Amino acid sequence: MIEIRNVSKWYGPTQVLKGCSTQVAKGEVVVVCGPSGSGKSTLIKCVNGLEPFTEGSIAVDGISVGDPKTDLPKLRARVGMVFQHFELFPHMSVRQNLALAQVRVLGRKAEEADARGMSLLDRVGLRAHADKFPGQLSGGQQQRVAIARALAMDPICLLFDEPTSALDPEMIGEVLDVMVELAQEGMTMMCVTHEMGFARKVARRVVFMDHGEIVEDAPAGAFFDAPASDRARTFLARILHH
Amino acid sequence: MNYHWNWGIFGEQVKSGDETYLDWLITGLGWTLAVSLTAWLLALSIGIAVGALRTTPSRFLVALGTAWVELFRNVPLLVQMFLWFFVVPEFLPRDWSLWVKQEMPAKEFVTAALCLGFFTSARVAEQLRAGIMSLPRGQRDAALALGFTLPQAYRHVILPQALRIVIPPLTSEFMNVFKNSSVAFAIGVMELTFQARQMQEDSEQGIETYLAVTLLYFICAFTANRGMAWIEARTRVPGLIARTS
Repeated sequence: MIEIRNVSKWYGPTQVLKGCSTQVAKGEVVVVCGPSGSGKSTLIKCVNGLEPFTEGSIAVDGISVGDPKTDLPKLRARVGMVFQHFELFPHMSVRQNLALAQVRVLGRKAEEADARGMSLLDRVGLRAHADKFPGQLSGGQQQRVAIARALAMDPICLLFDEPTSALDPEMIGEVLDVMVELAQEGMTMMCVTHEMGFARKVARRVVFMDHGEIVEDAPAGAFFDAPASDRARTFLARILHH
Repeated sequence: MNYHWNWGIFGEQVKSGDETYLDWLITGLGWTLAVSLTAWLLALSIGIAVGALRTTPSRFLVALGTAWVELFRNVPLLVQMFLWFFVVPEFLPRDWSLWVKQEMPAKEFVTAALCLGFFTSARVAEQLRAGIMSLPRGQRDAALALGFTLPQAYRHVILPQALRIVIPPLTSEFMNVFKNSSVAFAIGVMELTFQARQMQEDSEQGIETYLAVTLLYFICAFTANRGMAWIEARTRVPGLIARTS
């Protein structure tokens, strides 16, 4: 589904991605982790072309992201993305947030889009909040709406960029619950996250990055029980020991 | 102060015709409103487009927008009026030039409205650009990630938010348009300032004249201010900025 081959990226003289290769098969959940500044967010943003990359290639469902001839908006409409800071549109109600792209991008009728949006709100347990504005919701609620918004496009896969990093601890669980459910239903997911409990539970593989490189790309069990590199061991020790 | 006050002057007939001085001021107010409102519509539409261009990823579009802004904000408004009126027509193709100089209807009004509109558009563009830059970059990313094209992202996500943010500075700009329209008298638009000078010379009641004109300008600008405040209240987003004033 997602095929990343030898991707490198420079910001001027600084290399932020160094020959990264990995893939996410259909129905697979892959967790990307690593210390801050390791390039994991940059890498996931390359997957739907929000960040351009300098070398290498990325294909999503067989379509090359870096090819200038690719219709990026069309491809992105099929790839859902959830952001660290939710990025709901603050000037629109929850209902409108869910319907906007369905109507404008997919060309669905307003009633159809609204019905789809409401059924997804139901699913994330927020139907009662449909007519509120994002600023009136808690962080956890906003992120659940953001996941519903991505799902409303009927995506072939979902990208999560640190979806729980901006949340208060007591709200992380409600967002992870939704993500676990999606994973168990067979959604193809690539998640940048530090939630190792989530990774253990649903990830097939863990990709560990440091300094722009993919240091380890291993089945989740093997990664947690016996990380191959010192850097991964240090990282795990740091985030698990408190 | 040895001054002969005469507040009844406004009802009196002018020396060279059967109008009253009040008629002159009303005509003046009409032209002031016409020039200002036309210029404001022009300034808003061009300013929004240019301001948005300056925030796009395309270097060419950014340069285009920057050139527009710098062109119109680095030359005094009065000089721009003269440029558009006396200089620009000379550089048009011959047929156009003749048409502009001899046949264009309401030549002074059209020139003044265009000039003031372009001048103000540069300022609107800068304010809008600041508004757009103040949005988190994630908003653009989120719109693009949903499959919007860049123009769609501006239309549905970026501009509606940026415009709300810049309503307060745009309010000042709208008020400035009324005040700056007084410069149009220099190319012969018979607006409020033009009529005031004429009335002062004709009636020799300068103090009453300018006090009346001051009041009229104040009313225009203040109405603009209240109108914008109403729009600001109407477009306020629940839960976003909790201001009650």
